[in-house]
Amino acid sequence: MELYHGALDTKEIFGRWLDEESQSNYGAYIPFVGTIRAEDGIEALSFDIYEPILQQWFDDWQEKAQALGAKVKMAHAIGDVPVHSSSYISAVFSSKRKVALVLIETFVEDFKANAPIWKYDVKEGQRIYAEERSTPMTGAGLFQ
Amino acid sequence: MIKIEFLGPIGKAPLEMEAKTLAEVATKLKEEHDLSQWLDKCAVALNDTMVNDLTLSLKDGDKISILPPVCGG
Repeated sequence: MELYHGALDTKEIFGRWLDEESQSNYGAYIPFVGTIRAEDGIEALSFDIYEPILQQWFDDWQEKAQALGAKVKMAHAIGDVPVHSSSYISAVFSSKRKVALVLIETFVEDFKANAPIWKYDVKEGQRIYAEERSTPMTGAGLFQ
Repeated sequence: MIKIEFLGPIGKAPLEMEAKTLAEVATKLKEEHDLSQWLDKCAVALNDTMVNDLTLSLKDGDKISILPPVCGG
């Protein structure tokens, strides 16, 4: 797992990941890129991350992937990321294509639901919590 | 003493309190009016591990994190 301040250099990261696994005998490599669209007048999105729990979440997924003969990788941005650049990329390496196709979907969907990352719209220099697009994590409401 | 931190957009300074269980912490946090809009949709971690059991015992130095709704990517 890799965290960066500001937009991700997707070409460098994807290329490096490919090189890292070039001798691992995986038959499939499926990358996912999240790119920030220009909409609703935003200049950028901005992110807060709680790294200790994100690392645990990622390590749990790595164990699930290994049990399937696969490996997951991800990179995410901290702070402001301008429109038309990337804040999140991930990838699955697997010996089998079908495993990788299923895993990239479940990994990315659980990332959206349970990775401890908070998103803000940036408009006229102001950070506004993207509350309506945010999802309570599994187990939310324990203290209600 | 138990430390409670509020992550992401909650924007509240950390608190310290005496408590023997998570249930006691929950009761005390409900008295904090600026949390009334948050607690029903927040998840809870104890020493950086997600938890889902109010009967868990606490010890001096434990850290509780309050995690509001997320949206990575």
